[in-house]
Amino acid sequence: MAVQFSEEKLNKVKEIIARYPAGKQKSALIPVLHLAQESFGGWLSADTMDYVAGLLQIEPIEVYEVATFYSMFNLQPVGKYLFEVCQTGPCMLNGSDDIIHYIKEKLGIKVGETTPDGLFTLKTVECLGACGYAPMMQLGKFYKEHLTKEKVDQIIADCRAQANN
Amino acid sequence: MAEEKKLFKVKIDNITVEVEPGTTILNAARNIGGEVVPPAMCYYSKLDGSGGKCRTCLVKVTKGSEADPRPMPKLVASCRTTVMDGMEVANITSPEVLEARKGVVEFLLINHPLDCPVCDQAGECDLQDLSYEHGVSGTRYEFKRRTFEKEDIGEHIKLHMTRCILCYRCVFTADQLTEKRQHGILKRGDASEISTYMRASLDQTNFIGNVIDVCPVGALTDRTARFKNRVWFLKPVDAHRNCEDPKCCGKTVLWMRGDEIFRVTARKDKYGEVEGFICDTCRFEKKEVKDWVVEGPRKIARHSVISQGHYVGVHKPQETVARVMDGRQPKLLMDIHTVSEVNMPQVDLSQLEGPAHSTDFPTNKGVQ
Amino acid sequence: MGRKLLLDKAHIEGIRYFDVYRKNGGYAAAEKALKSMSPDQVTEEVKKSGMRGRGGAGFPTGMKWSFLAKPEGVPCYLVCNADESEPGTFKDRYLMEFLPHLLIEGLLISSYALGANTTYIYIRGEYAWIPDILEEAIAEAHKNGFLGKNILGTGFDLEIYVQRGAGAYICGEETALIESLEGKRGTPRIKPPFPAVKGLYQCPTVVNNVETLAAIVPIINIGGDEYVKYGIGKSAGTKLISACGNINKPGVYEIEMNISVEEFIYSDEYCGGIPNGKRLKACIPGGSSVPIVPANLLLTTAKGEKRMMTYESLNDGGFATGTMMGSGGFIVLDEDQCVVRHTLSLARFYHHESCGQCSPCREGTGWMEKVLKNIEHGKGKMSDIDLLWDIQRKIEGNTICPLGDAAAWPVAAAIRHFRDEFEWHVLNPDEAQRRNFGLAHYADPLPVAAAV
Repeated sequence: MAVQFSEEKLNKVKEIIARYPAGKQKSALIPVLHLAQESFGGWLSADTMDYVAGLLQIEPIEVYEVATFYSMFNLQPVGKYLFEVCQTGPCMLNGSDDIIHYIKEKLGIKVGETTPDGLFTLKTVECLGACGYAPMMQLGKFYKEHLTKEKVDQIIADCRAQANN
Repeated sequence: MAEEKKLFKVKIDNITVEVEPGTTILNAARNIGGEVVPPAMCYYSKLDGSGGKCRTCLVKVTKGSEADPRPMPKLVASCRTTVMDGMEVANITSPEVLEARKGVVEFLLINHPLDCPVCDQAGECDLQDLSYEHGVSGTRYEFKRRTFEKEDIGEHIKLHMTRCILCYRCVFTADQLTEKRQHGILKRGDASEISTYMRASLDQTNFIGNVIDVCPVGALTDRTARFKNRVWFLKPVDAHRNCEDPKCCGKTVLWMRGDEIFRVTARKDKYGEVEGFICDTCRFEKKEVKDWVVEGPRKIARHSVISQGHYVGVHKPQETVARVMDGRQPKLLMDIHTVSEVNMPQVDLSQLEGPAHSTDFPTNKGVQ
Repeated sequence: MGRKLLLDKAHIEGIRYFDVYRKNGGYAAAEKALKSMSPDQVTEEVKKSGMRGRGGAGFPTGMKWSFLAKPEGVPCYLVCNADESEPGTFKDRYLMEFLPHLLIEGLLISSYALGANTTYIYIRGEYAWIPDILEEAIAEAHKNGFLGKNILGTGFDLEIYVQRGAGAYICGEETALIESLEGKRGTPRIKPPFPAVKGLYQCPTVVNNVETLAAIVPIINIGGDEYVKYGIGKSAGTKLISACGNINKPGVYEIEMNISVEEFIYSDEYCGGIPNGKRLKACIPGGSSVPIVPANLLLTTAKGEKRMMTYESLNDGGFATGTMMGSGGFIVLDEDQCVVRHTLSLARFYHHESCGQCSPCREGTGWMEKVLKNIEHGKGKMSDIDLLWDIQRKIEGNTICPLGDAAAWPVAAAIRHFRDEFEWHVLNPDEAQRRNFGLAHYADPLPVAAAV
């Protein structure tokens, strides 16, 4: 499958590039990588990164360097639903370890793994800036806060239901 | 007449030197030379933007300048800090600096494999010299070291990432000397690595071989010379040729044994920096003596292990005993050879096959 | 009730939208500044207010602005640092989510003062839904003539763009942020040159925290002279504190810097005490990087005075017995928490977030995490505690950016104040797996040295 943005997304890329002074289109790299990750299956393949390099007229290695630096870019395929559970200090004080353990048990996977049906991937992450609403995790664009075992059950059930529709 | 440029007066370890404004503390110290020069693992004067990362060149600024004499609150990287008029700097006179440097050396070594016995860089390795001069003998690190697979990045260069200390010099080299950089720093923190990501070959450009010369450790080595010989068994010879590439300085060092050229490198100064960059054709393809105009043996620092077996500038030891005795004749109380059979001066040890045994020496004393 | 300057209108329904914000006195400060004040007068007002940067370092904002180089023909930039990633800190998120126009108004006034015509908000990538809120607010401001060309007929132009990061704590450091904004790896630059001289695209740049920029609005509204009357001494104004950990009411609070730490933790107006009647063991009052202090040193200084929520009082006693205001991430640990485990979690965080550019931080943070892991999991040795101390000492102050210090301080403070808990872990490896050290003596009043 050739990597190619839709017309609409290409316009978005142009709009992003226009935010920066002429010749500074490299500034658009991180926003465009976000866009690419959303558009091409939730992760960045080498082809995707090469495509982005071409769009921004920079060397592919410059894209690889950046994509591997930031923790939000996935360089391996991930499940449809990516659970990123925070485990740093304040979340830990409020029981994030138990939540992580519970999700592992519930989904039958280890941290970093994807369920065989390709639906869920579990990742642990460092502080997401929701310390007052701990424990929490990121699911897609939004945060799921004040997690309890019941709430985790509900989230997983909701995801399954959504995937089946 | 042009007005004379005002020079800045800087004091480093109580030695005063005058340098042009804009000079870094490190270069001011190099102007003085000797022991006050801070070591540098990442800074490379020929590469813009290098330096500041390894932190081995940290020094203490005890007086900011004549105008603002306050000391700087933290140790500063001397390679990236420019001098001010009247600045006073402590390097080896500051215990704090020496302590911090010891710490940096330890940090650089905790993930370094210490495989010097099999490393091609051994003998000309900046990290070896650094740990010898500034490190401690043991390590307190008790965990698994980070390791990587060795990788051929192109026909001529081997990347042995496990040895890398992430000085970024090779990245600057590729940026500034070649048309297209194909390798870089991937990932972050202690997982950072030099890589092409795609296992690409770096051969498309004619200057990438310089990354081997700028690498302070054995992370990037010359595949045409790997494992062929130890550097201290080779004789470095200055040579040059008329290189067709205008960017290539053509002045090299040939590492030879007999008439055989094992390796071609650029000429390095006493800080381990090349005097001029050379092209890949000179480095990898010109391995016949007829390709070169040989100038003569290269001067190698006396303390370097390479100077063993490289007889340039060797002084015959003075007859110390005679000078100390100042004409007096000491009375020999006992000649060891009259009572011991081994190591008799008449027997030349190098003529024996294998290690010496007592059977190699005549049994009756005094026999000629 | 403490007086409020930033969140006084946060409870109004629909304050997120331009019309409601405007109706409630919004953009009055912008009008005042652009129409009746010169850029220098605005800067002067900010200087008079004595406001200190709210991002963590606490450097006076007016002073920072006055350092901006203004060479002819070179644009200068204002960058809003919304890369809030310090564990325990989530105040900027609250501001941006609920009061986006307050930030935009602050950005408008500040850009005017600095002469910047392009301003970027660099927001951490995980706050993925907030750029939509901000962009909507920016569009509204555009429509109403508070952004774009010739704002309020003054001839001043301004565009604000939102840039998302992608998950890197280090990008909260201003030069790393600038690198990231340029589309590079977020590695801090070596200073000097400072951003005020060579920042974004090598042009003069000011980087300010979200809260700092929002606070410009009340400063212009009430005037610097009035603003400085809030708080105590050099801790002028109000500060957002994001409280979390073991407290009854975690959340973002605006405090006037004249209340005591004890009041902040136990009063119902703020944290509301510790759940389940447990006792206070320790606290990190300014985000994970600042030193952790035990209960007794938190509530009273070593001199026996009540500790206040001000920059000076929190810092009283230096690192030996004090801590820092930092970014206002207030993390409370109750008696059942394990300091070793908590320190390990923070060490893991800094290991994960080290950019890897300079060697002490790159190698040292991982080493500390591994040693702490051994201690926590019952495999530690007594000498490991001294080793940890030595590693942190060799990181601190020897790195390019303050992340090295930030990684070293939590470990240093934990060992300084809780050494017996570490030793207990080493001496009782099995028991330490089953239970925690508990409160021990950490809340006992300390003898106060007689005044000399």
